[in-house]
Amino acid sequence: MPDSHARRDVLLAERLAAIRANRPQMEPELISEVVRAVLTTMSDDLTVHDTALLLEVEELGRTIANAKLEIAALKVDDITGCHIPFATDELDAIVAHTAAATDAILESCETLDTVAATLNGDAADKLQAATTRIYEACSFQDITGQRITKVVGTLKTIEEKVARIIATFGQNTAGLSPPPPAALTAQEELLNGPQLPRQAMDQSDIDKLMASFD
Amino acid sequence: MPIDKSMNVLIVDDYKTMLRIIRNLLKQIEFNNVEEASDGAEALSKLRAGNFGLVISDWNMAPMTGLQLLQEVRADGRLKQLPFIMITAESKTENVVAAKAAGVSNYIVKPFNAETLKDKIEKVLGHA
Repeated sequence: MPDSHARRDVLLAERLAAIRANRPQMEPELISEVVRAVLTTMSDDLTVHDTALLLEVEELGRTIANAKLEIAALKVDDITGCHIPFATDELDAIVAHTAAATDAILESCETLDTVAATLNGDAADKLQAATTRIYEACSFQDITGQRITKVVGTLKTIEEKVARIIATFGQNTAGLSPPPPAALTAQEELLNGPQLPRQAMDQSDIDKLMASFD
Repeated sequence: MPIDKSMNVLIVDDYKTMLRIIRNLLKQIEFNNVEEASDGAEALSKLRAGNFGLVISDWNMAPMTGLQLLQEVRADGRLKQLPFIMITAESKTENVVAAKAAGVSNYIVKPFNAETLKDKIEKVLGHA
């Protein structure tokens, strides 16, 4: 019996050494393999409690390995390098466009005020009441600008947290291949939304392009 | 006591559109001598150099916030009695409490309307 125990210990040690040799870093997959090695080598000597515990450890290792796979599937470089900067640019463009529109409205409103100053009585009062309401309504721009700034801040926080998760948890995801992205239909490929000003064609570019088909 | 609408009013906001809106609303209630500053430091400089009867300031500005501007104004021997209205999107209780503790004369939450602005100005200048 002691010989049999000794032989089993040696066998287990050899298997663990082989696992370590293949994978020098302590990884969740390694934990699963170690647990499986212990379970298969020592199954006769383990109590039900020991076995349940080891199975839980193996499951934990598998869960972590799956999480790593999911992180790899996220294509984190796309998130930090493309998606979040793109979203931030889009939000900045919204602020710029609404600010320009608000300025145009205010300019027209100031013209109306000038006209109101040349009028008397009820017409002047009504015109001024209308411009007052426009001025009040235009303050939305300040509020939305502040809200968007907060959203941009949140996106940057997410970006930092994702980068931190990858730094601590997903370094070894390079070999894991994410599932291929779902293919877009021809219709979906045309749904790009408004372009950022620096990337967009203006009306004269569109006109030229249209004319080139003639 | 009638309000002297010829007084100089300083409006402070880092957002030019908001300065334009407040200037126009003030004009509609006949305050025509309005100067602008785009941050707390510029405002403080103008206040120390000029002769103003009222400050209307945003809170959320950098590097000097509206609250810091208010604190500087209240700490300045020549400016400490100057009526100071805060117009801000900061509407949490702790903000209002902090502004009050710093000596704000009145507090308007964005978005606001012309009637609110007129009412607060009358209240503040009526008690000045």
